[in-house]
Amino acid sequence: MSRQIGEVILDLKNVSLSFGGVKALTDISFDVREHEIRAIIGPNGAGKSSMLNVINGVYRPQQGDIILRGRRFSRMNPYEAAKAGISRTFQNIALFKGMNVIDNLMTGRNLKIRSNLIQQAFWWGPARREELAHRAKVEEVIDFLEIQHIRKTPVGRLPYGLQKRVDLGRALAMEPSILLLDEPMAGMNVEEKQDMCRFILDVNDQFGTTIVLIEHDMAVVMDISDRVVVLDYGKKIGDGAPDEVRANPEVITAYLGASH
Amino acid sequence: MPESASTQALDTFPRLLIHHAQVRGSRTAMREKDLGIWQSWTWQAVAEEVRALACGLAEMGFQRGENLAIVGDNRPRMYMMMTAVQCLGGVPLPLYQDAVASEMLFVLLDAEVRFVFVEDQEQVDKILEIQEQLPCLEHVLYDDPRGMRHYTLPFIHDIRELLAMGRIHDRNHPDLLVSEVARGGPDDVSVMLYTSGTTGKPKGVRLTHHAFISAARGGAEFDRLTADEDILSYLPMAWVGDHLFSFAQAMVTGFTINCPESAETVMTDLREIGPTYYFAPPRVFENLLTQVMIRMEDASLLKQKMFHSFMAVARRSGAEILDGQPVSLADRLLYALGSVFVYGPLKNVLGMSRIRVAYTAGAAIGPDLFRFYRSIGINLKQLYGQTETCAYVCLQPDGEIKFDSVGKPAPGVEVKIADNGEILVRGPMLLKEYYKRPDATAEAINADGYFMTGDAGLFDDDGHLKIIDRAKDVGKLANGAMYAPNYLENKLKFFQYIKEAVVFGDRRQMVCAFINIDVGAVGNWAERRGIAYSGYTDLAGKEEVYGLIQESIEQVNAELVGEGTLADSQIHRFLILHKELDPDDDELTRTRKVRRNFVAEKYAVLIDALYAGRSRQFIETAVKFEDGRQGKVAADLLIRDVKTFGLAGRDA
Repeated sequence: MSRQIGEVILDLKNVSLSFGGVKALTDISFDVREHEIRAIIGPNGAGKSSMLNVINGVYRPQQGDIILRGRRFSRMNPYEAAKAGISRTFQNIALFKGMNVIDNLMTGRNLKIRSNLIQQAFWWGPARREELAHRAKVEEVIDFLEIQHIRKTPVGRLPYGLQKRVDLGRALAMEPSILLLDEPMAGMNVEEKQDMCRFILDVNDQFGTTIVLIEHDMAVVMDISDRVVVLDYGKKIGDGAPDEVRANPEVITAYLGASH
Repeated sequence: MPESASTQALDTFPRLLIHHAQVRGSRTAMREKDLGIWQSWTWQAVAEEVRALACGLAEMGFQRGENLAIVGDNRPRMYMMMTAVQCLGGVPLPLYQDAVASEMLFVLLDAEVRFVFVEDQEQVDKILEIQEQLPCLEHVLYDDPRGMRHYTLPFIHDIRELLAMGRIHDRNHPDLLVSEVARGGPDDVSVMLYTSGTTGKPKGVRLTHHAFISAARGGAEFDRLTADEDILSYLPMAWVGDHLFSFAQAMVTGFTINCPESAETVMTDLREIGPTYYFAPPRVFENLLTQVMIRMEDASLLKQKMFHSFMAVARRSGAEILDGQPVSLADRLLYALGSVFVYGPLKNVLGMSRIRVAYTAGAAIGPDLFRFYRSIGINLKQLYGQTETCAYVCLQPDGEIKFDSVGKPAPGVEVKIADNGEILVRGPMLLKEYYKRPDATAEAINADGYFMTGDAGLFDDDGHLKIIDRAKDVGKLANGAMYAPNYLENKLKFFQYIKEAVVFGDRRQMVCAFINIDVGAVGNWAERRGIAYSGYTDLAGKEEVYGLIQESIEQVNAELVGEGTLADSQIHRFLILHKELDPDDDELTRTRKVRRNFVAEKYAVLIDALYAGRSRQFIETAVKFEDGRQGKVAADLLIRDVKTFGLAGRDA
C-alpha cells in the first residue's frame, strides 16, 4: 500500500457522556491518525454509536475535549463538524426515501452551495453554473460506487444493500476528510459486504480519506482496519493493531471469544 | 490519418476509416455515456486516436500477423484498438468479458498472445491469475485506470502511456502508418473469433477483411442502411453478431455506434439513444415482453382494458399493415388510434420508437413473441448465419416475413441443402481457416468450397430457408420416428414461464424433459396467487408450479399431434431442475446454448429416474457462485407424467 499514515488529526481526551444516571461513555481517550482506517468495536450497548455521535457533535459530552487538527472543542456541533470535513453514514439509513439517488446525493453538496435561495429558485446565472458543477461531482460519486443504473430510482424502492451504498455516496458527496461509518455492513449478505469493503478501502486509498467505522462483523474489522479500539460498557478495554487486540485477554472475555 | 490512402480501394477496415475521416470527419462515429453524459467522438477523432494506438503498438514491437486479445465491455477505445491492430496487419482477438480466467487460458495459449488489451482492474486480475501459465504474454494494457494505482508490475501499462508513446513515435516516423496500411490487403485476416464450442475445445475462426466487408456491404444494401443510423452496441464484442453490426457495418456505411454506460443501464441507454437499427438475441426480446406483461398485470383496470383491446387489433392487422398487405379500413382506423394510445407509448418505453430495422438471431424466436413486436409496428426480422460465415447467410426481406423461416439467401450467398438435410453455404463471407487447425478447416469446407453449417434445414415453396435442428442432434426414437430435440425445446421455451428446457429421447422409447422455470415470470405468477417461496429451488419444487408447467407441456403435445412424424416426440414425463443452468457450471455455453451431453452426464441420475418411472429423485449438485466460490445445492425433485394425445387408430 502506498498511502502513508500521517499525524494525529482527531484526538479524544477523557471523554465522558451520561444520559441522566446512565453512563454511556466513561473517560475515553483515543486518537485517529490521518489516512488511517480506525475501527470501534464492542458488544451491544458498549457506547460505539454514542462515541461517533460525540465526534460529530450530535451528543455533547459532559467532560473531555475533542481536538480536531489542533483545534480544541469542548463541545462539537454537527454544523462545525461538517464544515471541518467530517461526514457520516447512519446505522438506520438516513436518506430521503421519496427522492431519487441523484437528489439524495445532491443534499450531500448542500454545505458547499454558495448561491442563495432566490437565485436557485430561478436557476439563474451563477446558481445554474454552480449546480452543474455540483452535479458533475455527484456523477463522479455515482461512477465510483457503480450505481449508474439506479441514478433516477427513488431511494425507497431500492434494496437495503443499495440504500446503504447510496448513504455512503451521500457522505462522499461532501468530499470529507474524515468519514464516520456507523455499521456500514449491518444486515448485508456476503456479496454486499464484499462490495462495501472494497468501496471503503477504495475511498481510503484513492482519496486518502480518514475513516472511523463501527462494525459488528469481526472478520471485516480485522481485515480492513489499521487500528482498533474496543469499548465495553462505556469503557475502553483495548486499543491497537488488529492482532494486538485479538490477543488482548480482556477483549477476548468481553467480546471475541467469550464462551457463554 | 494520411490523405494519400484515399486513392486506394476501400477494401480493408483501416482504409475505410481513413475514408470516413475524410468524407465525414466532423460527424459522430461513436458515443459513450460517461459520468451521466453522452460523450462523442467524430470520425476524425477516432482516426487520430487509432493512429496513436497503432503507432504506440509499433513502438512496443507489435508484429504483422500477430494476435492481440481484447477483453472488456463495449467501449469506444476497444473498437478503436481493433482498427489500430488491423492497421499494423495484426489480428484483433476479442474474448468474452464474462469468461473466468481458466476459460481464457486456452484461447490465450492457443493464439500465442503477446499483447492483451483489457478494460479494467477486474480483467487485469483475471490475466494475472493465469499469467504464469502464459509464457508468450508480454504486455497487458488497460483502459480504465480505476484501482490500478498499486499495480507496479512492469508489463502492465495504462493505455494512455501507449497513446502518448504512439504520438511521439508518429512524429518521428510520420510515414510508418501509411506504409503499414498500404501493405495490408483485403485477403489478410481482419479478426479472429473463437467459436463458443458446444462440443470440444473452442476453435479460432479467421475471417478476412474481404469476408466481413462483403457481408457488411451486402447487409447494408439489403436493408438500405445509411450513415444516419444509430446502433446500441451492447452485445459481447467477442460475438460475431456484434462484430458485424457494431464494427463492420459501421465501418462500411459510416453510421454511429453507441456504447452503454454499464451492463445494468442498457435499458435506460436504449431509451435515451433510440436506435434506428437494432440487434438482439431472442432472449432480450423475450425479457422485454415479459417485463411489459408483468407491468401490465399490475396496471390499473382501465389501462389493462386499453392494452388488451388494442393488442387484439394489432394481432389482427398490425403485422399485415407493416407488410403492406390489404387490411380493412375499420382496422386501419383502429390501428391508427392504437398507435396513439398504446403502441406508440409502448415503443417509446422500450426505446424502439425510431427503429427502422431490427434483427434477431442466435436461437429460434417464438411466433407469438415475433408477432408481438411486428404487430406494434417494429420491423423485426430474422437472420441466419454463424461465426464461420460472418453471421451472414439468410435475411428476411421486408414484406416477406414468415415466422418459421429465416428468409432468403443474402445477396452474394449460395445456399444448398445436402442429401442428409444439412445446409451448405458458399460465398465471399466464408472463413479463411480455423487457426492452426487445417484438419478442422478441411472437415468444414467441402471440395466444392461449400461450408458445412451442421444445421439441418429445408427450403419452402417460396425459397425461404427453414431451420429444423442441428444436423447431428437430429436423431431417432426407438420406433424409428424422427426426433429433433432443439425443435421441441424451442417450442417449450416459447412459454413465458419456461426459461430453459432440455429434452431426451434419442434411441429411447419416449421423450422426457428437464425444465428451468423463468423465476421472474413464475415468481410474479406465484406472488399474485399468494404462494410464498424463498428462492429458485423452493419455487421450482412447488406443486402449483408443476401444474403450471404441465399445462404448457400438454399444449406442446397437442400441437405436436398435428405435425406428422413429430407426433411421436410428445413429452411423456418431466421434472423442474432445482438450479438454473449456468455457463459458470459449464451447463450452457457463453452464448447461453445448452450443452446437451454435459447436462445429460451431470444429471444422469435424474434421467434414469425419468425413464424408470419414479415419482421423486434426490440430487445434490455442486455450483459455482459469481465470485468463484463453490457450493452445493440439494433437492428432492418431483417427477410428473404429462397427458399425451393419441393419433386416430394408434395408441398414445
